[in-house]
Amino acid sequence: MKAKKKSVVDRIPNWAWLLISLAVALLVWTALSFGEKTGRSFCHPWEIPGIFVTVAFERGILLSDIASSLLTVVAGYLIGFVIALPLAILMAWYRPVRYVVQPWIQFIRNIPPLAYVPLIVLMLGVGRQPQITVITISTTLIMSITIYQGVVNIDETLIKAARVLGAKDKDVFVRVIAPASLPFILTAARLGASTALTTLIAAESVGSGLGLGMRIRAFNSNYEPGPMLLYIIIIGIIGLIIEKLIKFVERKLTGWQEKREI
Amino acid sequence: MAGEARDLKTDTRPVKVKIENVVKKFDGRNGEMIALNGVSLDIHENEFITVVGPSGCGKSTLLNIIAGLLPATSGRVLCNGKEVTGVGTERGVVFQQYALFPWLTVQKNVEFALNMRGVKGKQAQEEAMQYLEMVDLAKFANHYPKELSGGMKQRVAIARAYAADPEVLLMDEPFGALDAQTRTQLQTELLETWEKKQKTCFFITHDVDEAIVLGQRCIIMSARPGRIKDIVDIDIPYPRDQETKLSPRFMELKNHIWGEVYKEYLEVRK
Ligand SMILES: Nc1ncnc2c1ncn2[C@@H]1O[C@H](COP(=O)(O)OP(=O)(O)OP(=O)(O)O)[C@@H](O)[C@H]1O
Ligand SMILES: [Mg+2]
Repeated sequence: MKAKKKSVVDRIPNWAWLLISLAVALLVWTALSFGEKTGRSFCHPWEIPGIFVTVAFERGILLSDIASSLLTVVAGYLIGFVIALPLAILMAWYRPVRYVVQPWIQFIRNIPPLAYVPLIVLMLGVGRQPQITVITISTTLIMSITIYQGVVNIDETLIKAARVLGAKDKDVFVRVIAPASLPFILTAARLGASTALTTLIAAESVGSGLGLGMRIRAFNSNYEPGPMLLYIIIIGIIGLIIEKLIKFVERKLTGWQEKREI
Repeated sequence: MAGEARDLKTDTRPVKVKIENVVKKFDGRNGEMIALNGVSLDIHENEFITVVGPSGCGKSTLLNIIAGLLPATSGRVLCNGKEVTGVGTERGVVFQQYALFPWLTVQKNVEFALNMRGVKGKQAQEEAMQYLEMVDLAKFANHYPKELSGGMKQRVAIARAYAADPEVLLMDEPFGALDAQTRTQLQTELLETWEKKQKTCFFITHDVDEAIVLGQRCIIMSARPGRIKDIVDIDIPYPRDQETKLSPRFMELKNHIWGEVYKEYLEVRK
């Protein structure tokens, strides 16, 4: 008997697909770098290592830019999380809070942070503080909505089941609501992280001496498209690493879950 | 006629749950909706009551009121002579949707019930295993609910309900989501468990066969608004098993109950 034939697509392992995908991207990039107009934005891929050496070692700005941006992002993100979690729980438990606060969260969430950065700067001046504030605002909004939606959608019968088994309010909170919310909290953490990075560029659009977003604008004014491209790629890589890390934690902590989306 | 099976002889066992003229109204979009309209019933200690009736006649509503998960609009429920005002550990519930905690293993789900009544640590682990053996699931102690079939999940739910050691066990179509074969298997297990460890049971079902094979009395409810239409004594001796379903008396009772339920169903259709 003939063994069931696997299609070519199935026979190529995942890592090989990753390499193929990378090769295709490099090809497209190369093609763009030879275009008359696109060539102005895209340097040749093989120029990147040289540019890397220049910005990382000769000019020595890359590491300090990354450190500065990460500090801003992580601080804004953590403060955002610390605000979002109790806010989400309050919205889920107390309807007055929900009715008053939720419409505004939805409203502000749809405004690109870049639009309100000047307002923040008017209040707080320039420096790291307004940057962290902008990231805190945008991450709080997305994370509180995500956690809130999870907490209100907790299967009511689980809470009933706990109650009929004799669980008091505290038991219900610690042993049912908390674990049932964990998947949504982790999803919120992931969405918040990507929002934080997106907002970074807006946050750094005013008066800072360091940072990935600020540097991209500086490269732009000096007409240095190569380093600009390198920085953009680095932002992408940082985003990818953060997402992978959080997904790893999700798998560890919520493996008990049935299949889920997002 | 099977209708004569309705027994008025007095049950000598003490009354465990007394339902007194319970009315339940819901505020719907089209005004007030009466789900239960004056339901009264005495459930005796260790009695196995089954409840049938068309969909929407208020069976779940009644169960939730007895459980203390829902307040009655008027009337009251007494358990051990005390008025029910909320949930209580003397009344356990098995839900149709299993309601297992998905983040806990099978054993931890059962331990949850034990923890809530003060049994902790190693003692709880051992007792949980005993309850799992009772439903034949000791081998799956360390599995998560998502790894179990529907029938296995419901057996865990039953083990967990037993572990809470309630005096009254309220079950809302616990086998409703299961295939016919698993269903009969669980019926047999439940019968055996009940005969060994007697408890007062209030068991809702859509399945007339199930209502007869399990129950000592079968409550037939009518819809719009929900009332008790008839109470049928199931005078078939225990121990019962699936063979019981072939006896002539079973057939008689089935004809009678099914006829009554079907009439109600036609009423609802109108
Ligand atoms: N929370 C609620 N709000 C409004 N109406 C409700 C609510 N719960 C139940 N009802 C209504 O009360 C009636 C009885 O519902 P119930 O769930 O008790 O029926 P049931 O006999 O258990 O039906 P089924 O056999 O389908 O489970 C239904 O008409 C239902 O629409
Ligand atoms: Mg129901």
